[in-house]
Amino acid sequence: MNTNSNTYTVIYTTLVCVLVAAILAFVSQVLKPKQEANEKAETVSQILTAAQFGSKSEWQAMGNDAVLKFYKENAAQAIVINAAGEKVKDLSVEKIEIYSTSDLKAQNYNVKDGSKMGEAQLPVYIFSNGISVIPIYGAGLWGPVWGYIALKPDLHSIVGAYFDHESETPGLGGKIKDDPSFRAEFEGKSIDYSDEKPFRIVKGGAPAGKANAIDAISGATMTTNGLAAAIVNWLKAYRGYLESGSSAAAGNACTESVCETATEE
Amino acid sequence: MSNLKETILNPILKGNPITVLILGICSSLAVTVELKGAIVMALSVTIVTGLSSYVCSLLRKTIPNRVRIIVQLVVVALMVIVVDQFLKAYSYTIEKQLSVYIGLIITNCIVMGRIEAYALGNKPLPSLLDGLANGLGYGIILVIVAFFRELFGSGTLFGVPVLSAIGYTNNGLVILPPFALILLGCIIWIQRSIQKDLQEK
Repeated sequence: MNTNSNTYTVIYTTLVCVLVAAILAFVSQVLKPKQEANEKAETVSQILTAAQFGSKSEWQAMGNDAVLKFYKENAAQAIVINAAGEKVKDLSVEKIEIYSTSDLKAQNYNVKDGSKMGEAQLPVYIFSNGISVIPIYGAGLWGPVWGYIALKPDLHSIVGAYFDHESETPGLGGKIKDDPSFRAEFEGKSIDYSDEKPFRIVKGGAPAGKANAIDAISGATMTTNGLAAAIVNWLKAYRGYLESGSSAAAGNACTESVCETATEE
Repeated sequence: MSNLKETILNPILKGNPITVLILGICSSLAVTVELKGAIVMALSVTIVTGLSSYVCSLLRKTIPNRVRIIVQLVVVALMVIVVDQFLKAYSYTIEKQLSVYIGLIITNCIVMGRIEAYALGNKPLPSLLDGLANGLGYGIILVIVAFFRELFGSGTLFGVPVLSAIGYTNNGLVILPPFALILLGCIIWIQRSIQKDLQEK
């Protein structure tokens, strides 16, 4: 047979493409449930790590089912709020409804663009020990960075944080995920909405006594800048919720005039 | 039989894809920061080169000559995506760590190079072995480089503190890609001083 004729070439390539597409579709269908379960358990374990229930490696060693079970037992409620801080709907704890990374990415379009802030629908995961966890999402140097910040019941003191990234440089920007000492810096810090930026990551070290700033990672300026911008954007989107919560917790700490200026911004 | 032995040993020693053919340099700089990632990458490349050499060798008499590179690419891409999907399902954390580089195996010169140079002119079984052996040859270098980079860059091996436990200060240069190039140069130097017939006159 003449394998160089036009007809043969066209038929051959078509067949190869159809066959390969069929194989890929089959593999993807077969493995999809397992992959989605992995992604979900990964997200849940990141939330749990941020809330200081355990370390990331412990969750990994426990396996998917144990992680999900722990979440079910310890989460009090999960809600979705809008930028004004009002509750929009509930997420089921029993079914482990959580925002996946792609959900966060979709919300990030609303969050980073001030004019669309009203359309944002953002999750808050509240645990039975009173700790609330909120996500953040933004752009690092090479790809997206995201993470979770866990807050005390007063909704401005930070208990812990966990960050992840898609393709930051290992050993440099990758430290936002891999270096426990960077994450540990968040512990005991707090969010300060009277500052222009509610939270800062400062190159060269946070000034002494500043409760809403931590030290940046040397050699990873772009990644930390991106992470800081992501944190600031998302904290602004959560402002309505976090301030209403913290004022309720702190009694009458928020006088009417202060709250008004807050909403005007 | 000696021919078969040659097929397997040659790509690991005398015809090593990285140190002799200087192929696959890009990924050997990128994924050698940590041993674990390097080993998974080495295994993935070995599986991909082996299987795609095998499949292309099966098809070698039917592939139209004018579109053979495209057909080979489709086969390689198929294998890479399948490997990626399996890693996502069964080794999720490592897949996340290697994400981009797994996809980039498609463009790894070793895979296409072995198909063009060997699989298209040989029977499926020797082609499979040739592919696997080349993947191994690539993998060995990857693991050697990763060993030194993780040990002196982060003071750990497989994430377990080794040097950092005895007060070693991490060397930032070792983590960056240029150091992998320096290390590769040293490996090539050592190899050529042992195997004198590799030296150019």
